[in-house]
Amino acid sequence: NLTSDFSCATKASEDHSGLTRQLLDFQHDTVDETDGGYDPFSQLKERFTDFKQRNYVENFTNYQKLAEQQTPEFMVVACADSRVCPTSILGLQPGDAFTVRNVANLVPPYEHGASETTAALEFAVNSLQVPNVLVVGHSRCGGIQALMSMKSKKDDRSSRTFIRDWVSLGKSARLSTEAAAGNLSFESQCRHCEKESINSSLLNLLTYPWIEERVKEGNLNLHGGYYNFIDCTFEKWTLVYRPGLEGGSKYAIKNRSTWS
Amino acid sequence: PSIHPSHLFPFPFRRPPFDSMDAAVERLKTGFEKFKTEVYDKKPDFFEPLKAGQAPKYMVFACADSRVCPSVTLGLEPGEAFTIRNIANMVPSYCKNKYAGVGSAIEYAVCALKVEVIVVIGHSRCGGIKALLSLKDGADDSFHFVEDWVRIGFPAKKKVQTECASMPFDDQCTVLEKEAVNVSLQNLLTYPFVKEGVSNGTLKLVGGHYDF
Repeated sequence: NLTSDFSCATKASEDHSGLTRQLLDFQHDTVDETDGGYDPFSQLKERFTDFKQRNYVENFTNYQKLAEQQTPEFMVVACADSRVCPTSILGLQPGDAFTVRNVANLVPPYEHGASETTAALEFAVNSLQVPNVLVVGHSRCGGIQALMSMKSKKDDRSSRTFIRDWVSLGKSARLSTEAAAGNLSFESQCRHCEKESINSSLLNLLTYPWIEERVKEGNLNLHGGYYNFIDCTFEKWTLVYRPGLEGGSKYAIKNRSTWS
Repeated sequence: PSIHPSHLFPFPFRRPPFDSMDAAVERLKTGFEKFKTEVYDKKPDFFEPLKAGQAPKYMVFACADSRVCPSVTLGLEPGEAFTIRNIANMVPSYCKNKYAGVGSAIEYAVCALKVEVIVVIGHSRCGGIKALLSLKDGADDSFHFVEDWVRIGFPAKKKVQTECASMPFDDQCTVLEKEAVNVSLQNLLTYPFVKEGVSNGTLKLVGGHYDF
């Protein structure tokens, strides 16, 4: 019961209204397309000034404390898609979540070696000691669509090799999607794969020794989330890891629910 | 190896009393419900076209630091900015083997989404930049992947160590935060599709620094 236990509301800022008020009141700028002298700074400057006056100044004491140290509750891995900023959709406040955003919110396995995501996992878990990692996928993900559309290399004359190399990290999700939902439409398969990929990333998290150790000790929880912007729902679940058990029963899902 | 290299934290690091897991997740639920009722449901004309696709004008590189979400500091609305966040907001130079993650993001943003502006934003008190400045030449990596990653900014570190040798460490960090952004902007030009866009005038590269 959130209202009776106020202690859990005091961690960072308990007032989400600043960010949502900002989003609500903001007048949508239109850029004059015919202006050849368009300055990319001018629009951003207005936005920043607005942020400073309405958010920073109001929460100055919080920002001062944050300037000394960040102690985020979450590490979030989200997609770079412009429609799914996790700060906006989850009402995250400054200081709440160390956030990595990449194409298709993928977590490569440990064997993949160095990457920006690996460095971020090392920092967030070992240094910041975040107690939770949340991998957030979403509907209509272009990266997952690219994964599902990939033809074999010899048939693919596309020069977009970067995208191919990166989204291939999700290929086990594609395989399990085709096995479970291969008879459905391409769009339905993509939906399925978006969620499979989140779980595949959660399992990839456990391939990192420092993560597996903390999960086993109970100091780190791994969660999946799926933001569907077609009907504005957010599904979330938590991974259960029982290393003592054999095979598939090592992993389970708990606390699955959909917010709508 | 130490998991708390002292150069990353000025004082002894104490794990703060975090919320219980359930309470932490419950806060996300409250945040989402507020977003849905006060933003999403109130602006159907805004969100409807976004269901079909995105056409962001900006690509943004920002740090993963919990204090510097660019959607907040620059008031970016859903649909406006294809956003990459990583440690110290770095853009490595073109390398198919090592950096497919960043490469695929730039490729997608420039070639598929056709963004008009790429913005790289550094910030004050950046832990990644501090780690870069603290790297000892030839020493073992005690923080293997982080240090390997921040080395992308090595040319900036060399520059700062040469030109700002007499400055206190913290001031050197501030200069390095900005110089590293310049390295990233230069690295962007090593991607053929970026270079082409800049020469054509269809793509602009912008650097920034958020001081909180």
